[in-house]
Amino acid sequence: MSRGNKTEGQAFCPADTGQKACPSVLPSVLLEAQDLTVQYGDTVIVDGVGFTVSEGDWLMIAGPNGAGKSTIVGAISGSVPYFGGITCIGRDVKAYKPQDFARLTGVLSQRVSVGYSFTVEEVVRLGRYAYSRGIFAGGSDADDDAVDLAIERTGLEPYRRHSVLTLSGGELQRTFLAQIFAQEPRILILDEPTNHLDLVYQKQVFALIGEWLKEPGRAVVSVVHDLSLAKAYGTNALLLHKGRSVGFGPVSEILCAERLDSVYDMDVYAWMRTMLAQWK
Amino acid sequence: MRESANRSVNRNVNEKRNIGKLRREGFRPPEYFAFMVVLVACILVCVAVGSVNIPLQETAQILWNHLTGQPQPEGTAVAIIVSTRLPRVFCVALVGAALSIGGGAMQGLLKNPLADGTTLGVSSGASLGAILSIAFGIQIPGLPFAGTAGMAMVFAFGSLMIILSLAYRLDYSLSTNTIILLGVIFTMFISSIVALITTFAAERVHSITFWLMGSFAGATYGNAIMLAVVLVICGAIILLRAQELNAFAIGEENARHIGVDVRRVKMIVMIAVSALIGVCVSVSGTIGFVGLVIPHMLRLIVGPNHKRLLPSTLFGGAIFLLLADLASRTIFSPRELPIGVVTSFVGAIVFLSIFYRARVKP
Repeated sequence: MSRGNKTEGQAFCPADTGQKACPSVLPSVLLEAQDLTVQYGDTVIVDGVGFTVSEGDWLMIAGPNGAGKSTIVGAISGSVPYFGGITCIGRDVKAYKPQDFARLTGVLSQRVSVGYSFTVEEVVRLGRYAYSRGIFAGGSDADDDAVDLAIERTGLEPYRRHSVLTLSGGELQRTFLAQIFAQEPRILILDEPTNHLDLVYQKQVFALIGEWLKEPGRAVVSVVHDLSLAKAYGTNALLLHKGRSVGFGPVSEILCAERLDSVYDMDVYAWMRTMLAQWK
Repeated sequence: MRESANRSVNRNVNEKRNIGKLRREGFRPPEYFAFMVVLVACILVCVAVGSVNIPLQETAQILWNHLTGQPQPEGTAVAIIVSTRLPRVFCVALVGAALSIGGGAMQGLLKNPLADGTTLGVSSGASLGAILSIAFGIQIPGLPFAGTAGMAMVFAFGSLMIILSLAYRLDYSLSTNTIILLGVIFTMFISSIVALITTFAAERVHSITFWLMGSFAGATYGNAIMLAVVLVICGAIILLRAQELNAFAIGEENARHIGVDVRRVKMIVMIAVSALIGVCVSVSGTIGFVGLVIPHMLRLIVGPNHKRLLPSTLFGGAIFLLLADLASRTIFSPRELPIGVVTSFVGAIVFLSIFYRARVKP
């Protein structure tokens, strides 16, 4: 028994050191946006927003519908054209090659769907695309380790060979979470990852991400609808209202009564307490 | 099997890992061998059977002599096989392979199982290009037929760009059937122009039936060589993008997020597919639904992973079209059906089954 555990530990070691291979002298600021503006035609969706994400941060981007939360994620991931500057580890995000950028950032979308019956493992393995060394090279041992670890972490081992078309919404979301774990990025960018999920899956996904963030040199940026989740898991918050930043800083300072009440145009604290009272 | 190898405690035993790796990606030699055997058997049967049936043994002997350059026995069988059936069979197999891998690539790229040269209107665009080049004598000096094939490729690509840009305006994800509807309308529009030109330049271009339904009557070795060259180049380009196509098949957003250069890969694959469809149409006219039927059927057998799917479509497409051509030559012998009659007959049924399955799914 003890021998088995030992081998297990040894086998996982290379993967762990691989993740930490980046030297600790790297700047602690991982992601920075300055004067970020997004326009569709004449409509300004995001207007001069700025924020910084350092190692260990979990930045919550909050605000009512139409505040421009998801657009910011789109701008960072390169699917939405923007004005202003976004830098990742001291370099403009537009200057990165797609593969290089994917080794630094992983994005989990709001709504995931798959058209064909790929297996869970195939979807997770695609997370290793950024590490493929050319079109003729096959998978490496590091790839296998990362995929195994990601599947294990997300509890998908029993579903490894299952078609993604047979999974529930929560299982599918976890599959894509495993994919970005396998991608081994330094920054996770999550666009309302649990929006359509039942409570139990919400809890699972947030717990998994919290666990992931414990490793040094990592950070999380997530768009959230649910202010309670933002307060529970976030370190920093960016509060948006109609595309403008209402505040950026520690969660407790930003998601406070005076700011929230004006943004949501209601007494948020009173409402939350009313909700909580249902459980007493 | 690999699962158990992976989960076993001795994860660092290299031997086990290597077995796992071989299992994971693509086909193994025995699987290729099995496909090859079926393909060669089909070729043999298609060469032997026709308006004049030649015994298999004699056919094999003639083919062997032809390949090895030995003197042939006397008789009409040699002429039938070497100068008529063999070039035709080669063309049929190559067109089947090219259309199928092209269809498979499109279905992955657009995440749409109904995408294909015929349904997207790419084939009709290609036939317009080919017809224009013949009717107006646009040719490359010294390379007979290359002008026609080139024009067909350019028009195929142009059509694809038009359809995609129209579809993007209506529905960014392209996964709905908007794109198929646009393709059908586009096909009708282009077909009317094709019909117009064939009416006025009847003495120079093939009949309208050729362009709408396809035919391999009159296929030459030159055609086969041109098809082979384009298939080797474009097929290799597509096969090397199998992993990217997997990512696209899961979703374009996801492909971007895992680090695929989305614009570049999409452009490369679309150019390769257009070239394949263009050269096929210039040789054999529009043969409907081959690129739809074969990837769909093979996906049920080998799974959706393009590392397995794409190589299998090469063989599957060749085999399917050989059998379709055989049917078109023999069912109402000595009358020959346009080959598109056979493929569309099968294709329409498969199209409906995919369409219904997609709708019924919750």
